[in-house]
Amino acid sequence: MYSYLVLRVVAKLLMPFILLFALYVQFHGDFGPGGGFQAGVIFAAGFILYALIFGLQKAGRVLPRGILRFGIALGVLIFAGVGVYNLLVGGKYLDYSAMAQNPVHGQHLGILLVELGVGVTVASVMIMVFFTFARHRNTKGSD
Amino acid sequence: MTEHLAALQVVIPLLCAPICMLVRYRDWSWSVALFGSWSCLAISWLLLQQVMTSGVISYHMGNWVPPIGIEYRIDEINAFVLLIVSAIGAIVTPYARESVRAEFGVNRVYMFYTSYMLCLCGLLGVTITGDAFNLFVFLEISSLSSYVLIAMGKDRRALKAAYQYLILGTIGATFIVIGIGLLYAETGTLNMADLANKLSKNPINKTIGTAFGFLFVGISLKLALFPLHLWLPNAYTFAPSVVSAFLAATATKVAVYVLLRFLFTIFDIKISFGVLPLESVLLALSIVAMFVASVVAIFQPNIKRMLAYSSVAQIGYVILGISFININGLAAGIIHLFNHALIKGGMFLAVGCLFYKIASVNIDKLAGIGRRMPLTMAAFVVGGLGLIGVPLTAGFISKWYLIIGALDRGLWWAAVLILLSSLLAVIYIWRVVEVAYLKPSPDGNNHIEDAPPSMLIPTWVLIGSSIYFGINTDLTVGVAKQAARQLLGGG
Amino acid sequence: MSLFGLYNYWIVVFLMMAGFYVVVAHENLIKKIVGLNVFQASVFILYITVGKVQGGTAPIIGENFTIYSNPLPHVLILTAIVVGVATTALGLALVIRIKEAYGTIEDDEIAALEEEP
Repeated sequence: MYSYLVLRVVAKLLMPFILLFALYVQFHGDFGPGGGFQAGVIFAAGFILYALIFGLQKAGRVLPRGILRFGIALGVLIFAGVGVYNLLVGGKYLDYSAMAQNPVHGQHLGILLVELGVGVTVASVMIMVFFTFARHRNTKGSD
Repeated sequence: MTEHLAALQVVIPLLCAPICMLVRYRDWSWSVALFGSWSCLAISWLLLQQVMTSGVISYHMGNWVPPIGIEYRIDEINAFVLLIVSAIGAIVTPYARESVRAEFGVNRVYMFYTSYMLCLCGLLGVTITGDAFNLFVFLEISSLSSYVLIAMGKDRRALKAAYQYLILGTIGATFIVIGIGLLYAETGTLNMADLANKLSKNPINKTIGTAFGFLFVGISLKLALFPLHLWLPNAYTFAPSVVSAFLAATATKVAVYVLLRFLFTIFDIKISFGVLPLESVLLALSIVAMFVASVVAIFQPNIKRMLAYSSVAQIGYVILGISFININGLAAGIIHLFNHALIKGGMFLAVGCLFYKIASVNIDKLAGIGRRMPLTMAAFVVGGLGLIGVPLTAGFISKWYLIIGALDRGLWWAAVLILLSSLLAVIYIWRVVEVAYLKPSPDGNNHIEDAPPSMLIPTWVLIGSSIYFGINTDLTVGVAKQAARQLLGGG
Repeated sequence: MSLFGLYNYWIVVFLMMAGFYVVVAHENLIKKIVGLNVFQASVFILYITVGKVQGGTAPIIGENFTIYSNPLPHVLILTAIVVGVATTALGLALVIRIKEAYGTIEDDEIAALEEEP
């Protein structure tokens, strides 16, 4: 697969746009259609494309397992942490209005952070699932 | 902070899960899980006190007012179930330290605690939430993590058991979503209190009847009501010891709570027992479960499998109590939820101690083990007495109220059957006792002694409390009767 | 409304039964998971059908529109889809490990292997 020049060039060209689009879906999610789930999956799709074209080893060097594991945990922590922060500043759990002086600002900030947490976790999980399945076949094949 | 206890009950294990994953160093993830499970116990105790003194607690997630927002709603019954789940969680965690290290290998320990915390979070969430769809989400969190926990068993058959549970569990969960979707289509709300209110005003139509059917079958799959129990024996047999104890004591109990919630709070008694002849269906199924599962348990060579079938039979007692639809019957069901959680949890922990020492749970390997591991086997026997329902054990209290419930209902033959099925429990417990105490111990077993205190103490705490609650019934009977009254009165 | 006018629900029922049949009838563990997915897809369609309001547009507020479809079922089913994906991933992971442990993914062959001890 490594010798297909067209695939490699197209993949390299597409990668930044896929990742950028993921970020757009992520951070525009509170105004228009989008959000953490979709953004996470698109972001993961970018890396999976990279791994498909350039091989698992190179992709694994970009995102080692440790970082992915950290990402999975971090996303959940952001999500639950935002909720707990709301408790500490005097609101109900996940009551974003308490986060800023102005309730509307608070809601914006809150949903942005929570969706960021969702996005990080979803992207990490998706890439992790792909790597786990793909590596598995590799190790089996070499035996 | 006390007003936020309802949210913290679920959030603390949810936070502990990723932290367990991050701190993989030695016993740190265990310490995090220990902290999480004990704070859950403290919170659920405070919540129960609060509910008993000042009535229903309602917590609005994100300050969105129900029925739009998600509401956490705690009344007597779910405060009690929260206490059961978190108490079992808190007692099992100290035990887990040695047992998990022995059964998992050091590198995978953190995965156990992460899944365990997620499972605890899911079970507590199912119990605490007042929103029907939220209930489904938490149910799936707990189910997915329990599939993972079961698949961690050493035997390859654990994988097959987890797969089978995954398929059946997902079918059950999907049935529940279909039911909730149809209810939403009919009423336009997902809040349980609001659903109850709207359903009682609507005339009963086909949509409501269909929704009820789907929900009933789905929940019955999750709680392993005979004959939908097929996933349970394998799952409990091949799961790691700690997981068997935890799931046996909590997962089916929470599912029974969900059934109670749907039968009595969301659907009226009029709908629940009017659309279908549910009363006789539950009565028949539970009695068949009591007998068939007990008889099957008698013939099992594997002690964990025997206990698993006994669980199916015990779920039969709980459902039998519910099918009487009177205060004593319902209270007996709720009391037995609690007592069975203590007894079965304790017995599975005792079996875990055996497995820790002799690496087998087959009954024929236990010859003379009663003399080698006296404390462990004594715990098993006392738990067994509880299963049988000997006076001064918690099991006696459940059966006492169950029989009163049957007599209130005029079903004297059901009372006789309850006594008869207890005799079956005598047989399967006796089989173990006979092998463990009366057979000579093989020579190779001389070095075996009792399990370490970190495992024995939790076992005895559960078994000891099953005796305590057999003598002092203020907490269990008091709360259960109030909960039963509330379920029947609210319906 | 004619019988055919409710065709969404016919699709739901068809998919539900087809998926359920595959889960129950097939011995192959992967096919069972495929069946489970079809079964779940039927529920997604059920919810989305429920959310549709006749004559309503996508639920984004605009000046020219007054009737919107109900977005809540969509959000609910997004959650259910995520749960479904997680279940599928876990199921497939289990199948891979079953294949390693038993050397087959046919249910009857696994049962035969378990008989042997």
